[in-house]
Amino acid sequence: MSMRNALLIAASGLAVASAVTFAAESPNLGRAATPEEIASWDISIGPDGVGLPPGSGTSKQGEAVYAAKCTACHGEKGAGKPNDQLVGGQGTLSGDKPPVKTVGSFWPYATTVFDYVRRAMPHNESKSLTNDEVYAVVAYILNLNGIIADVDMMDARTLPAVKMPNRDGFVAFSRGK
Amino acid sequence: MTADRSTIHESDLDIVAGNGLLHRRMFLTAGTAAAAAVASSALPNPAAADVLPVEPWMKVPGSGFVGYGQPSKYEDKVARIWNTAPGTTGTGAARTPLHLLDGMITPNGVHFERSHSGIPDINPDTHRLLIHGLVKRPLIFTLESLERYPRESRVAFLECGGNGQLLYQKEPAAVGVQAIHGLVSCAEWTGVRLSVLLQEAGVDPKAKWILAEGADAAGMSRSIPLAKTMDDALIALYQNGERVRPSNGYPMRLLLPGYEGNMNVKWLRRIKLTEGPTMTKDETSKYTITLPDGKSLQFVLPQEGKSVITRPSPGLTMKEPGLYEISGLAWSGYGKVTKVEVSADGGKSWAKAALQPPLLSKALTRFRIPWRWNGGPAVLQSRATDETGYVQPTREKMIATRGSRTIYHSNAITAWAISDKGEVKHVYA
Repeated sequence: MSMRNALLIAASGLAVASAVTFAAESPNLGRAATPEEIASWDISIGPDGVGLPPGSGTSKQGEAVYAAKCTACHGEKGAGKPNDQLVGGQGTLSGDKPPVKTVGSFWPYATTVFDYVRRAMPHNESKSLTNDEVYAVVAYILNLNGIIADVDMMDARTLPAVKMPNRDGFVAFSRGK
Repeated sequence: MTADRSTIHESDLDIVAGNGLLHRRMFLTAGTAAAAAVASSALPNPAAADVLPVEPWMKVPGSGFVGYGQPSKYEDKVARIWNTAPGTTGTGAARTPLHLLDGMITPNGVHFERSHSGIPDINPDTHRLLIHGLVKRPLIFTLESLERYPRESRVAFLECGGNGQLLYQKEPAAVGVQAIHGLVSCAEWTGVRLSVLLQEAGVDPKAKWILAEGADAAGMSRSIPLAKTMDDALIALYQNGERVRPSNGYPMRLLLPGYEGNMNVKWLRRIKLTEGPTMTKDETSKYTITLPDGKSLQFVLPQEGKSVITRPSPGLTMKEPGLYEISGLAWSGYGKVTKVEVSADGGKSWAKAALQPPLLSKALTRFRIPWRWNGGPAVLQSRATDETGYVQPTREKMIATRGSRTIYHSNAITAWAISDKGEVKHVYA
């Protein structure tokens, strides 16, 4: 197939319908990704927890991680300032006062906390925490919010089972509603 | 019509709405004649003894060639302004100086930028794009390999989901269009259809979403409906004819025409096909619209129909009464802009502005309308309608619908008040 035809098919929006033909006549210049290559980059964790790595941590262990790596930006015990507040705010989403959106009051999935801390935190050296440290610091933040107990161990099995207070607080948008 | 207008006189200019708005075609079809007619009666005579100076640059050779040109040194005010998160230099947003630009295209150097952990310094030779998840063949692409794919160009606006958030404030912010609405820009993006790469990987019928992830330190990531990626998504490699700027995703970014800016993932390194959304930080704790009852709207994907007057606007003082052009930008993530109306009397009466071609779907549209300012107070507003019939709401209506417990997707009508001194300021009207 000529480049021109490839362009026409891509532009026509018929790419789905003509999948078989198209794939066969496409440039096909990607190379196969190995499972090892995928594993080294595949750090996203969905709400079902699939892909959570081995390791574990408790709130007690997380307290030390938090003090060393997080307090400077997020304050003592997640109180916030100079950057985002992580603790408190439950019951503020409706009403007249501005909502206080924290992990405890707003985040619908505990898996998202793991995903985000592991990929993006600490801000100046992201992806530097061990999996145990991530589990521990997530446990600490959940515990400060009263969502899990001091002794609760967070791991690939327990973390997705945590029910966040605002789990049912989201509605899929549709225009005009 | 043009012939009819060749003998136009000031008294013939069509007043089409209150406080001096003139017919939109006055400039476009009879501009020269009308301006001349007005000028002959309105402009003061120059001082008789002045001569036109022969300036130094008219007498010696100018400077030599340079490899990459820059704007005139006299245009240094045409610059972005930004705010950053405490303790960071590159986490925040830089806003486009809309009031100092014209046309529909944003120059690359002042395209708005929202970054979540600075601008990564990516070596294009080692950058990789991984496509995996619910596919038959997980694939890795280099920039070099993508360059051999058929490309296409698409003019598209990008708007941050948080643009216009100051309009949710109780009192009007004493700032201008750049600070309020500067998180929107428009460029010609050129690249490879994402659907082509997904077809090569072989989409599993169970896949309904993708996760797109950046190579920045924040690993910025968003979930996107698969249908959108098969419809019109591009892996953009070029921006206004040159390589995508580092601040806009070099060497490659996702372009989802019409969708919330944050979803157009910059520095794209990974696409994972999934059954459902991944529920990333930026689609749960951020970029959701919290309603008065405390529930939050999630996956508010296209940007709504919207417009704003860029000239006159705060910072651009009107010197004297007379004929002016009111001009601005309109856009909709749902398609083409079909109408922009302008009011000069705080919304009591409206006149249709001229829409300047090309009128492209999901691109900025420039509108213009002539206005005779009588030197008295005026309140200027613009109101866009898109091809679905959606009409841009007043601020009052937007807040009645959504409340003001959010900072996202603000698309209300913006009002600029002109004082009798010609000063322009942001007001609620």
